[in-house]
Amino acid sequence: MTRTFLARNPSTLWFLLVLALFTLCVTVLAEGFGIGLIPTAFVKVLGKTLCLCLVALAMDLIWGYTGILSLGHMAFFALGGYMTGMWLMYARTEEIVVQALAGSPIPPTPEEVAQGVATQIFGVVGGSDLPVVWTFAHSAFLQLPLVLIVPGVLALVFGWLAFRARVNGVYLSILTQAMTLALTLYLFQNDSGLRGNNGLSGLQNLPGLADVPQSTLSILFFLASALLLAAGYLLLAWVTSGKFGSALRAIRDDEQRLRFLGYPVEGYKLFVFTLTAMVAAVAGAFYYPQAGIINPAELAPIASIYLAVWVAIGGRGRLYGAVIGAAFVSLLSSWFTGGMAPAIPLGFYTIKWVDWWTVLLGLAFVLVTLFAPRGIGGLFDRLPSPRRHGAQLGPDDGALREKEADA
Amino acid sequence: MFRFLLPLAMAVCLALPALAQTLPEVVEASRAQIEKPSRQTVGPVIDAIASTGDPAAAALLQAWADRKLGVRKADGVFFLLEKAPEGWALTGLDGAAAGTAPTSDITDLKPNAGVRELIGAVLVQFTLTDPDPAQRTRALDAIARSPAKAQLAPLRASIEDEADPGLKARKEHLATFLTLQFGDDSATRVVAIESLAGDTALDVRAALNPLLVTSRKVAVALPQGVNIAATLTPGKDIPREAAYDLLVGAGLAPARLTLADQKAALAAHLENGAVGGVPLAELASQQLRDAAYEALEKSGQVPAAATDAEVAAALEAHVFYDQYAEPDPAVTDAARRTLASIETRVGLMTAADLGLDALSLASIYFLAAIGLAITFGVMRVINMAHGEFIMMGAYTGYVVQQMIPNYTVSILVALPLAFAVTFAAGVAMERLVIRHLYKRPLETLLATFGISIALQQIAKNIFGTQARPLTAPAWLDGALSFNDIISISYIRVAIFLLALLFLGFFLWLMKRTRLGLEVRAVTQNPAMAASMGIDPDRINMLTFGIGSGIAGIAGVAIGLFAKVTSELGSDYIVQSFMTVVVGGVGNIWGALAGAAMIGGFQKVIEWLNPSNTLAAQTYMILFIILFIQFRPRGIIALKGRAAGD
Repeated sequence: MTRTFLARNPSTLWFLLVLALFTLCVTVLAEGFGIGLIPTAFVKVLGKTLCLCLVALAMDLIWGYTGILSLGHMAFFALGGYMTGMWLMYARTEEIVVQALAGSPIPPTPEEVAQGVATQIFGVVGGSDLPVVWTFAHSAFLQLPLVLIVPGVLALVFGWLAFRARVNGVYLSILTQAMTLALTLYLFQNDSGLRGNNGLSGLQNLPGLADVPQSTLSILFFLASALLLAAGYLLLAWVTSGKFGSALRAIRDDEQRLRFLGYPVEGYKLFVFTLTAMVAAVAGAFYYPQAGIINPAELAPIASIYLAVWVAIGGRGRLYGAVIGAAFVSLLSSWFTGGMAPAIPLGFYTIKWVDWWTVLLGLAFVLVTLFAPRGIGGLFDRLPSPRRHGAQLGPDDGALREKEADA
Repeated sequence: MFRFLLPLAMAVCLALPALAQTLPEVVEASRAQIEKPSRQTVGPVIDAIASTGDPAAAALLQAWADRKLGVRKADGVFFLLEKAPEGWALTGLDGAAAGTAPTSDITDLKPNAGVRELIGAVLVQFTLTDPDPAQRTRALDAIARSPAKAQLAPLRASIEDEADPGLKARKEHLATFLTLQFGDDSATRVVAIESLAGDTALDVRAALNPLLVTSRKVAVALPQGVNIAATLTPGKDIPREAAYDLLVGAGLAPARLTLADQKAALAAHLENGAVGGVPLAELASQQLRDAAYEALEKSGQVPAAATDAEVAAALEAHVFYDQYAEPDPAVTDAARRTLASIETRVGLMTAADLGLDALSLASIYFLAAIGLAITFGVMRVINMAHGEFIMMGAYTGYVVQQMIPNYTVSILVALPLAFAVTFAAGVAMERLVIRHLYKRPLETLLATFGISIALQQIAKNIFGTQARPLTAPAWLDGALSFNDIISISYIRVAIFLLALLFLGFFLWLMKRTRLGLEVRAVTQNPAMAASMGIDPDRINMLTFGIGSGIAGIAGVAIGLFAKVTSELGSDYIVQSFMTVVVGGVGNIWGALAGAAMIGGFQKVIEWLNPSNTLAAQTYMILFIILFIQFRPRGIIALKGRAAGD
């Protein structure tokens, strides 16, 4: 018990080392500060992938460790994106409007600027007034905390209702999917106040940084995403270690028994649900400025299912597994769907990967579920380890962890 | 087009009787218009010709419209023309033959399409007594499209001799409509209006509503002798801004200073970097802009703008009211009473129609969910690919229809074939995947998701992304309509019947067959069932196959009214699971209750907010999430051992 946190979790140290090395390589090779071997577009893809890894971490905590298969975490991710998106879009439009109004002899009043911004943003859905949800959008100090607050409160309320009614297992999955669907349908409406299916756009332009080239911005965002991922990993590694982590795994393995032992199971679940929702939201807040555009299609229930697919393929119940899964599958996916994979001619039919990648992914997922429940991360168990004593530490083998296995 | 005609015709009706003329006089007087007609101005001439009452007028108008009217160049006399070997065969306007003439002697008149249409509309009254019923029907259609006062008399006159009872009823109906609009005195009009009480037909309401059209007016005092619908209090019945805009529009008050005008005025009086003593840089605030403008006002450089107090005084000094376009209060009162009585009936019928709609939506949800009621409700297997089975059924129907052109036969073939295809798919899935995951429900959910994604993409690759039609046989076209308001399409009736059929099938299968008994035994206690000689593997396989097969049949039914796309299934999957969960897992009556509740609620929400079906679905899902708070086990919860845990 006297060993340090990192010594008890050697995988964390390894992960941070690999991440640092990777970040360093990309920075040196990219255009912004380095030698320009990696194009800006690919730096953005890598930066976005890091954000996806973070949301996969959150998914792993809620599903792999706590056993709650949430099909709504991509909704929290997108909500976080919407919250930063509102500020970015407002600030960007404000710059344009101020520039346009500077031509008139009388300097514009703040009201005129606000009206101009509202017309500019909402003209496309036939409105000219700023909806109530945009109240704080003019100020980064007021709007950016909403990245945490809005998804956090939504998760808190939804989780409280669901856990209180003892909805669990597959029922909870379906209920979270319904919540995601409801949110998506709501945002698709033009009068939702978030521009309906147009979504928010132009998010790649940071206010006040109009002169900085995208190549520099992209590498800055990449570095920020890497830092965020490292911080997220440390936070979640800390949460899952120690007694709290044991309680979470106990909930996954036998919730009823833990309740009889006197643990407030609902409180634990609610905490984890809300925490992971907020982590997902932060990931989204960094993802969408790199993507440049967000619309309600990003929330569709299928996105959350893909999130579960990443974590399952990477190996749930271990944090590095989630990161590996998200990075591996999403990069592979963009390689296949980007038309870069060579087509396979079969004589009578040519397999174009743009069309068949999804099929492959779906079937691979079934196979992983059936035959390799520990995913890619499970491969690391085959490495010789001095302190394993032969005990398997998978998601279905009880709550055993290294520490307990050692004892 | 008829918008031009109506006011013109009315103007002529008022103007012409004073100069009552015979046909030749009218023709002579309007020679220029007849020879070179223009669509904008020819209306009165046509009406004048028609209103002479001369039987020859019809022949003249008909010839004119058919481009068979001509003028002899020599003396300017009009003739009706007929093609003849020598050129034209002439007929005088009085109907007497007038020999023939070479084409070079006659200028044949060629009115353009617009003018011919105007003539046609007026000719209507002559065709009302045409021996050909089709012609008379066309005349009635024309009157219904563009009613005019001139049509009333000929229409009434033609009722007596009408032989066809259907046409006679229609004529009487139309005569009532024309009377209530153009009747001679208010008593006849009121009688006509009141005769329509309780008639919910759409055209009745369309005929009554124009009588109640109002326009918003403002005056210093309420005028006498106009038909006033309501007086309005500013701030209560009418927003103060709108009221003041009315005043400004009527020229009774000066316009308020808009912010844009103020800005322009300030910009115009910019001197030495300051306006009215306020430095330019400080004008970026509304307060200081007002101050600057007041300074300009004081120095007389800009006109005084209405202040709030002046606005209040002006509003106080005037009355605002809605005035009926119809001047006769007796008529508007009668119309309002009659409409109110109609509205009540319409309200009741709308409720009935809404009920039918809800029933139909509920049967669609039930049909989509009944397969799930077996696989999820009875077997407790979460099959997220259920929606894709529905899609497979729909595509099976589409493919069958490509091969068998007869729609009736193809549907009859498609239903069992869809069952066979999805039954096979279900059995294959159960054997290959689900069997290994019975103990791990969350993993079942994920694995079936993988299958769902793959199946959807495969369908997209085979059939493309565009929607494929699945056409219903002709005998399912149309709607079963009870009146103008209550109607339901035959397809939906068929789906309702299909849903009932499957409810019966499910009950029979579960309660009356050996298979049903074994299924119930296996789901309650597989080990005990196995020790009784039941093979749980076989039972699970068959049950899952039947559940999937029913999904396929539901797919054919849903494909008949929805477009068949690869996303067809995913549109229904969440609702289907909600139906089963809300109703109560493991109970077919629960699924029925769940479908009825979800269908009913969705229709009611759509009715409250008809423009927005997305919102209806959003609120529906929120409602379900809340509902599960109060009845976590659904509407009909299983009790005792059947509940499983």
